Amino acid sequence: MAALAMLRTLRNRSFTSFSPLRLPIRSALSRFISTLVVAEHDGGSIKPSSLSAVEAAAAISRENSISVLLGGSGPDIGKAALQAASSHPLISQVLVADADIFLHPLAETWAELVHLVQQKGGYSHIITASNSFGKNILPRAAALLDVSPVTDITEISEPHLFVRPIYAGNALCTVRYVGKDPCMMTIRSPSFPMHSESAEPKSEAAPISQVDLSTFNEEFFGKSRWLKLASQDTERPDLGNARVVVTGGRGLKSAENFKLLEKLAEKLGAAVGATRAAVDAGFVPNDLQVGQTGKIVAPELYMAFGVSGAIQHLAGMRDSKVIVAINKDADAPIFQVADYGLVADLFDVIPELIEKLPEKK
Amino acid sequence: MKILVAVKRVIDYAVKVRVKPNKSGVETSNVKMSMNPFCEIALEEALRIRESGAAKEVVAVTVGPAQCADTLRTALAMGADRAVHVDAGAAPVLPLSVAKILRALVQVEQPGLLILGKQAIDDDCNQTGQMVAGLLKWPQGTFASKVVLDKEKQVATVEREVDGGLETLCLDLPAVITTDLRLNQPRYATLPNIMKAKSKVIKKVTPEELNVEIKSDLEVVQVTEPPKRKAGVIISSVDELIDKLKNEVVSCNILNCK
Repeated sequence: MAALAMLRTLRNRSFTSFSPLRLPIRSALSRFISTLVVAEHDGGSIKPSSLSAVEAAAAISRENSISVLLGGSGPDIGKAALQAASSHPLISQVLVADADIFLHPLAETWAELVHLVQQKGGYSHIITASNSFGKNILPRAAALLDVSPVTDITEISEPHLFVRPIYAGNALCTVRYVGKDPCMMTIRSPSFPMHSESAEPKSEAAPISQVDLSTFNEEFFGKSRWLKLASQDTERPDLGNARVVVTGGRGLKSAENFKLLEKLAEKLGAAVGATRAAVDAGFVPNDLQVGQTGKIVAPELYMAFGVSGAIQHLAGMRDSKVIVAINKDADAPIFQVADYGLVADLFDVIPELIEKLPEKK
Repeated sequence: MKILVAVKRVIDYAVKVRVKPNKSGVETSNVKMSMNPFCEIALEEALRIRESGAAKEVVAVTVGPAQCADTLRTALAMGADRAVHVDAGAAPVLPLSVAKILRALVQVEQPGLLILGKQAIDDDCNQTGQMVAGLLKWPQGTFASKVVLDKEKQVATVEREVDGGLETLCLDLPAVITTDLRLNQPRYATLPNIMKAKSKVIKKVTPEELNVEIKSDLEVVQVTEPPKRKAGVIISSVDELIDKLKNEVVSCNILNCK
């Protein structure tokens, strides 16, 4: 720990008075990796997507010094901080921004918070998950810090070399970040699953400290007010990290029929997904949409019922381990990506599956 | 109030893109180009706001080489009052630089609202709107599925599509809004409007004239195809499906079989 502290002070000092022989050391030090993970919590529990962001930070370098930033107030934030402090061996610090203004994920407040924390901490990397929170705040924070962010990363090859999908995942782009610190990134959670050794609690919890908000200026965020979040109550697992997903498309024909799909989902312990067509038609709410501009999922089993397989939908599920498609139309493009395809009427298949599948223990 | 709408020229959404054999990028020659679908939605929303009487003028802007003027002609044909073409040369411009250009234009045009599509379907970045908002210190309503303007109070109530459902924010104007798919259905440009658009003004400007330095802190190393899935099988019954799934190592423990 002392060595790290010494390295950090050396890095922060000006090198103009040093002889040129010291320069190679400087370049090694200036690439000292330290990462800020901007995390989310829900009712005191760190969200799985944030834990994926920590895994991604670990993928940048095994010698990474990871700080986790949490915001909110009340007993929940304390609980979340304690959980974060023991959630991964590479986490060296948990930072808590304890104020009501961070209860809601407003981009204006959070981008300024990240800006403030970066000015104090001087991190080489800042990471968050590529979900609606991360996508909303990270680019704004990057603009404040005058750097180009790299978003929706699926692979970290080197500390500044990343792979991200383009053209709805029909091409993969390898990019190298050549700008100044911090390198700001959002990562696709399914691409950075939690490792089993990370799941074991650490022997020594990281220290938790409060972010000094005395300079936090209200003029930055008073112009935006959070009113409400309309979400549906469901017992189904979260679409973003479920092991099994059953998706309905336009072929389901009505909201009522989606209840049938839900019964199958219950049998399998699965999350329910939907195509854009099904959401547009009003069968299900928007947060079930899987696709290029909806949720990206990569479950172990993806079953698509009445889904034609448009490019934009495939973008959201093509990395699933096993894909099963049921569609009346033998020419539906979905059959080109499915591991198992069944050309049949989903209204016959779903009840039969519900009947014949083994009970979940 | 004036509304500024930023639009982008991209490969048409229905085209099956092909990666070039030399891995330098995607094939764009002889390929159909169109206005980014999210940008069409942004423009449509601006036009509806103007038609409701809450705004006087809709100005379309694009950043890109000469051919991008096509996209502005489409915008004018749909109903934009005037257009600005920022010619930044042939090389792609990163969102951060686009954001700086838009900030400079906002400072010239002084709009009450800047509307953009949430993402371009070529790079799928989903960054520009957020970045301009940060540079301008304006409030942002991203992934908007509904926008209601209160002209008197000068606020916009924005419903957004987020992971958990629909979130509602109230933003003081001027503000930045990025549009999601379900915000509206864009109109088609009618033939008479396409003809009228030919005589509408497109002002040409360069980044230098706007005092913006194009920065490039990201390099594209290569563009490759995604891994191909091995070919699947067509099965003939539910029984066969369950049987196949039971025998797959992966799904076996999902189905709780021995």
